[in-house]
Amino acid sequence: MADPMHQFQISKVVDLPAVNVPGLGLVDLSITNSTLAMMVAAVLITLFFTAVTAKPKLVPGRLQVVGEGAFAFIDDLATSIMGEQGRAFFPFILTLFVFILALNLLGMFTVFTATSQVAVTATFAALTILLVIGVGFAKNGIKFFKLFAPTGVPWYLLILVTPIEFISFLLRPVSLALRLFGNMLGGHVAMKVFAGFVVSLGAFGLVGIPGAVLAMGGVVAITALEFLVAFLQAFVFAVLTTVYLNDVVHLDQH
Amino acid sequence: MEAEAAKYIGAGLATLGMIGSALGVGLIFSGFLQGATRNPSAAPGQFTNLILGAALAEALGIFAFVIGLLCLFA
Repeated sequence: MADPMHQFQISKVVDLPAVNVPGLGLVDLSITNSTLAMMVAAVLITLFFTAVTAKPKLVPGRLQVVGEGAFAFIDDLATSIMGEQGRAFFPFILTLFVFILALNLLGMFTVFTATSQVAVTATFAALTILLVIGVGFAKNGIKFFKLFAPTGVPWYLLILVTPIEFISFLLRPVSLALRLFGNMLGGHVAMKVFAGFVVSLGAFGLVGIPGAVLAMGGVVAITALEFLVAFLQAFVFAVLTTVYLNDVVHLDQH
Repeated sequence: MEAEAAKYIGAGLATLGMIGSALGVGLIFSGFLQGATRNPSAAPGQFTNLILGAALAEALGIFAFVIGLLCLFA
């Protein structure tokens, strides 16, 4: 049976010489299949939204409905959680959502899933949490630290609550990165393992065929589930980004 | 026991942590369905909260999964 982890291997597509970045040392800037997948996703998204907005009509066509649907979906999400101030962060949330969704779906239709690389998801999470901290300090100044002392908690409980809040804040980027990574990795491994069952059970001949058919049904079911997960994880990332931003934007209600 | 065997047993044990997250996600959806069947008109507004709760509960299971992977490959 083929190794189910093989699909996550990084391989170089275009070999470029290493560049010496001051402070970091030698950095390999070769174009790998991971970077290629992200480039393809970025190009596809740009082409899609260009096509959607090229000839906007009052009564939208099919393509325009999809594009406007995605737009309105995230706009609803941002404003329902953050209120009117959600509009300021809408571009960031929509970009994250559409990019992660494109990478996930690209992984379903082609051979490589960029979101199953922890380096990629950790970058998304770092981007999000740095924005949260930046916005928190820009909007509230030193009052940002009130995030760790919720209103209405008596002082003697704060001794207990503040460390917990602090640790949970530190774990936010970790869980953001690992959730996306784990879901995509786990799902794709499960798909490949079930697909391996079809071949290895089918090789047994007449005895194995019913099992192989069962495993084939399993593959179909898991593939359908993975399409749902691909959308859901992009949505979850967008929701959590909005919630974390809301925490620092509306700090007084925390 | 050989170190290699202990590694695989450890990875298997680590994934047991996912039981907890499975129970958590199940409880969230059961709670949502109970509420939604009693008051269907309020259900669509809680969809975001439903997914949020499921995602937060699921993250802990994913941690266990990642520990299992670390046992095997790190």
